[in-house]
Amino acid sequence: MARMTMIKAINSALDVLMEKDETVCSFGEDAGYFGGVFGCTEGLQEKYGLNRVFDAPINEAAIIAMAIGMASNGLRPVAEIQFADYIFPGFDQIISELSRIRYRTAGAFTTPVTIRTPCGGGIYGGQTHSMSPEAFFTHIPGIRVVMPSNPYDAKGMLIASVECDDPVIFFEPKRLYNGPFDGDPHKPALAWSSHEKGEVPKGHYTVDINKAEIVQGGSELTILAYGTMVHVAKESARLANVDAEVIDLRTLIPYDIKTIAKSVNKTGRCVVLHEAPRTSGFGAELIAQIQEDCFYALEAPIVRVTGWDTPYPHAHEWAYFPGQERVMRAIKQVLEN
Amino acid sequence: MKQQKNGNKTGFFVPEPPARPGERPDFSNVDCSAPGAVPMPAIDCAAQRTHEFAGGLIRVLDDKGHADGPWDPELNTNELVEMLRLMGLTRAYDERMFKLQRQGKMSFYMKSLGEEAVAVAAAKALDDEDMVFPSYRQQGILFARGRDMVDMMCHCISNSKDNLKGRQLPVHYTWKEGSFFSISGNLCTQFPQAVGWAMASAAKGESAIAASWIGDGTTAEGDFHSALTLASVYKAPVILNVVNNQWAISSFAGIAGGDQASFAARGIGYGLPTLRVDGNDALAVYAATQWAAKRARSGLGATLIETVTYRGESHSTSDDPGKYRPKDEWKSWPLGDPLERLKAHLIGLGAWNEQRHEDMLSEQAETVRLAYKEAESFGTLREGPLSPTASIFDDVYVEQPWHIRRQRQDLGV
Repeated sequence: MARMTMIKAINSALDVLMEKDETVCSFGEDAGYFGGVFGCTEGLQEKYGLNRVFDAPINEAAIIAMAIGMASNGLRPVAEIQFADYIFPGFDQIISELSRIRYRTAGAFTTPVTIRTPCGGGIYGGQTHSMSPEAFFTHIPGIRVVMPSNPYDAKGMLIASVECDDPVIFFEPKRLYNGPFDGDPHKPALAWSSHEKGEVPKGHYTVDINKAEIVQGGSELTILAYGTMVHVAKESARLANVDAEVIDLRTLIPYDIKTIAKSVNKTGRCVVLHEAPRTSGFGAELIAQIQEDCFYALEAPIVRVTGWDTPYPHAHEWAYFPGQERVMRAIKQVLEN
Repeated sequence: MKQQKNGNKTGFFVPEPPARPGERPDFSNVDCSAPGAVPMPAIDCAAQRTHEFAGGLIRVLDDKGHADGPWDPELNTNELVEMLRLMGLTRAYDERMFKLQRQGKMSFYMKSLGEEAVAVAAAKALDDEDMVFPSYRQQGILFARGRDMVDMMCHCISNSKDNLKGRQLPVHYTWKEGSFFSISGNLCTQFPQAVGWAMASAAKGESAIAASWIGDGTTAEGDFHSALTLASVYKAPVILNVVNNQWAISSFAGIAGGDQASFAARGIGYGLPTLRVDGNDALAVYAATQWAAKRARSGLGATLIETVTYRGESHSTSDDPGKYRPKDEWKSWPLGDPLERLKAHLIGLGAWNEQRHEDMLSEQAETVRLAYKEAESFGTLREGPLSPTASIFDDVYVEQPWHIRRQRQDLGV
């Protein structure tokens, strides 16, 4: 075991994958020689050579199309999109191509591509470096969508994603790259070195990308979260002094309905968190499914705490971010109802 | 809004084709240089050496069917007859399928009339293991690679034997065994994918190259730029073909900027070698493809090829070309009919005659008729049997996840 940041854990996952399987390759804007703007691919080009780790032109459609072509010819490409906000030029290649090649060829051709991309706010990225666009991707049949919340999961889930024969969009909450973040921007930044999930095995292991994790058992209510919001959920529940069951979804598609329904059936109350805008966000899907599966167990309307239906503002970042106060208010609301 | 009129100083310019319905076809802008006008550069020449010919036209067959010039691939008569046969078969197949669509036997069809040489001659110049990423008008490649015609028809009529389980529109073939990638309905997406495929082949140290085809209208897509950028940057072993058949449904090539510069000339800015070829001259298409394939296999990277041809039929069974272009425009097309030109060449060589040609065409029509009878025995879209209904939920993911399983149960299958 070693202490790792999420960046190091992702780097280690790629290293382990490339060491083990020579068909794994990795590319993206600034992701070759320089090792990526966040350093996730640092040192890999030197170790594995130019044909396996390389810089790509600034063209996300080209990056994803190239990955599709390579995957259809036996490689397992890991494409880095520098910021999730930049993924949209490649949207057509994801929706119309990547997600459907297996289906439209009845399994003759498959494209096991993993797209890694940093998402979310909390670093003063402004509207073009802060988006959480996961909901768009959960609406596309044929791709998996995952988002880890800590270094241990990041490494195990990335290895599982690359080894999975389905295409995977792997969202990396960039606010968590260097340390956990509980939603309070005024506290000094925390480091992964003092967090239990910052303990990461050096070698190969996987974290199941079909399973959510109950990060904290509880009986009064269920809080569903993923990515950065997992940490905000835990801290808000502590501050509100409630016995909350906090579930880290880890995988959005296909989400772990069993774990979710079991918890909500037990607690009867539920708060859903995400950083992305509210309307047609992933929370809407979760709530619709929960009311189908858990209606008779529900004691109160389910409440969402999300980003606002506005672009992510730069200066007012913390007024946008669904922080502790808003989460505590929601907790109170579902408990009082 | 300001009424724009071309030629006026106000408003913007909207290109118009030389002729619309009721007008006399006008192809005076098509440059038909004589065979030999474009020299054949060395395989390992600098890309820039080819750029001076981006506005010219590589031709081997002259108007009388005589082969001449440096691009003559010097094929033997068996090879020439084989190409003629494959082009004839493609045309016979298209003819029948188009009619069957009109009779309600399938939902949709697209002919490659007049463009048979573009697909057949290129396929013959490639190795069978070279992966092709075609558009929907290169069915000739399937015949050239020996795909079973009944299987092709079973796909088009979406029956129980459709290898794509009824998931794709007719004509949107996939044939992995024949190194024929899946045809998308979204335009140009396959162009940069072909580059990625070729890069993987190079990375693995394999000799197979990739080739892709798009139309003139499709060059306007961003993925055209993506493909050319990737091909240029990574010197990928790929051939990128633009089939300039003059029409994109009802929009003429000028709507894609074809009046300003040739499509071959698009490659100049990327530093890619570019060839502009008479697409109705099977020998020229063969030679250009062979040149580009040799270059790619020698590690010298990608080539952009524009094949100049004419779409002899509607875009698909869903449009009426009489509404946007002169009805008899194809008859005035200065580069003629690819089948007739190869036939004339073979007759000139003494290797073919009218009788053999007639016999071939009627045999092919009969082959197609019998193949359809057999295909129909496996079902039709309208009458069934189709692939099992439950199969609509398969192959979305490797394994069926819970939410799709629930939806399948909801449908009761």
